[in-house]
Amino acid sequence: MSGVRLLVGTRKGGFVITSDAKRKDWKVDGPHFAGWEIYHMKGSPVDPNRIYGSQTSAWFGQIVQRSDDGGKTWTTPGTSEEDLRGSDGMPKGGASNDFRYDGIPGTHQWYDGTQHPWEFKRVWHLEPALDSPDHLYAGVEDAALFESTDGGKSWSELSGLRQHDTGPRWQPGAGGMCLHTILINPKNPKQIFVAISAAGAFRTDDGGKTWKPINKGLVSNFMPDPKAEVGHCVHRLALHPSKPSTLFMQKHWDVMRSDNGGDSWTEVSGNLPTDFGFPIDVHAHEPETIYVVPIKSDSEHYPLDGKLQVWRSRKGGNEWEVLTNGLPQKDCYVNVLRDAMSVDQLDPCGVYFGTTGGQVYGSSDAGDSWNAIVRDLPAVLSVEAQTLR
Amino acid sequence: MIRVILPHHLRTLAKVGDEVQLDLNGSATVKSLLDALEERYPMLRGTIRDHGTMKRRPLVRFFACGEDISHESPEIPLPDAVVKGDEPFFVMGAIAGG
Repeated sequence: MSGVRLLVGTRKGGFVITSDAKRKDWKVDGPHFAGWEIYHMKGSPVDPNRIYGSQTSAWFGQIVQRSDDGGKTWTTPGTSEEDLRGSDGMPKGGASNDFRYDGIPGTHQWYDGTQHPWEFKRVWHLEPALDSPDHLYAGVEDAALFESTDGGKSWSELSGLRQHDTGPRWQPGAGGMCLHTILINPKNPKQIFVAISAAGAFRTDDGGKTWKPINKGLVSNFMPDPKAEVGHCVHRLALHPSKPSTLFMQKHWDVMRSDNGGDSWTEVSGNLPTDFGFPIDVHAHEPETIYVVPIKSDSEHYPLDGKLQVWRSRKGGNEWEVLTNGLPQKDCYVNVLRDAMSVDQLDPCGVYFGTTGGQVYGSSDAGDSWNAIVRDLPAVLSVEAQTLR
Repeated sequence: MIRVILPHHLRTLAKVGDEVQLDLNGSATVKSLLDALEERYPMLRGTIRDHGTMKRRPLVRFFACGEDISHESPEIPLPDAVVKGDEPFFVMGAIAGG
């Protein structure tokens, strides 16, 4: 029987929330890794029971967790008996959290314009690859992209990105200098799109060896040169698998789209009441239907007028309709973070998002109506929907 | 036999109870203690010391016999009372609110 599994990362643990295909009754399992920040969890498209999680702490650093049974049990990759003894009998393993920059890390721009050394802090986003459950990417702070081909036991940096000529001009956003979005073109997996706050969007066409900034058309008025090649605070990218040359972007301000793989962008904010926000996502079956959650401003990270609203465009932007049925329309001052929206693959498409107030809202009718699946979790950092068949 | 008390979050990570007991070969120092701890519980690698530099993470502290030895050289011998198991070696997360 088909169903949906939501992987919800919060400030104080991870939750696995499941339902059958009706998406009416939900079972909440957790917290896993109680008390730790779970920035992101995501399942492999090859094996949905293989799930990876990013567990972090300012005190104890980064942990990578892996489940091979759909989130029931978890291990840190590389800590089994056989992992720990190499063929020479010497201890090894314990490297699943060893995110070491390739070569001499160098410097990037700090908040005050001075140069600052690249320092690994945490994994923001884990993106399982399309070819094997053991293959995945990690987007980290300070911004870099790492790859594992052994199920998360070890990592190597795809350093062509960080070593791009523009690297010394990248700067942190308010949340840190994080690589938070990784999109793989399903028709050409060597083409990968990433986004960094606040550097912008980048694309590789050769599996991660070389990268180019793809920020033409972005205008960021907080920058000395609003149309600079890098420095844009891109909050999130999204694409539909059937149309991977079309990208959607929620920027710090402005909702944008590209129809040429990011080579150029046009603004599609249209009639949105405010075009600041964090997440953006695409309907599972309609490549031109997109969702955003408008937020009042970059100084006030909450919904306009205390009304939590999802806005949907069925035309790929510019013309938007407000979706409020089931969402609080007064006194609501939560935020919805960039990795906290996801869609399932059922018909009608399910749409889900989590808030910094600990609510996870779901719609089983493509956004027409909403219900609180759970109301009182810790602040939600990420939501990923898995469709189980 | 050396007794090590880990902070709550590292106990849950390593799936251990209140106290870990270690037998060290050779000299008992902070370094040899942490080497032995990480060999038995490899999921702790990188959580107490940085992978690359092997330096103590900034928000982790070490206590022995009521003394903060976080800033001592990791190569100096541990106190006899810790080596004999009369006193535990504490790994602590720096206290902070939130």
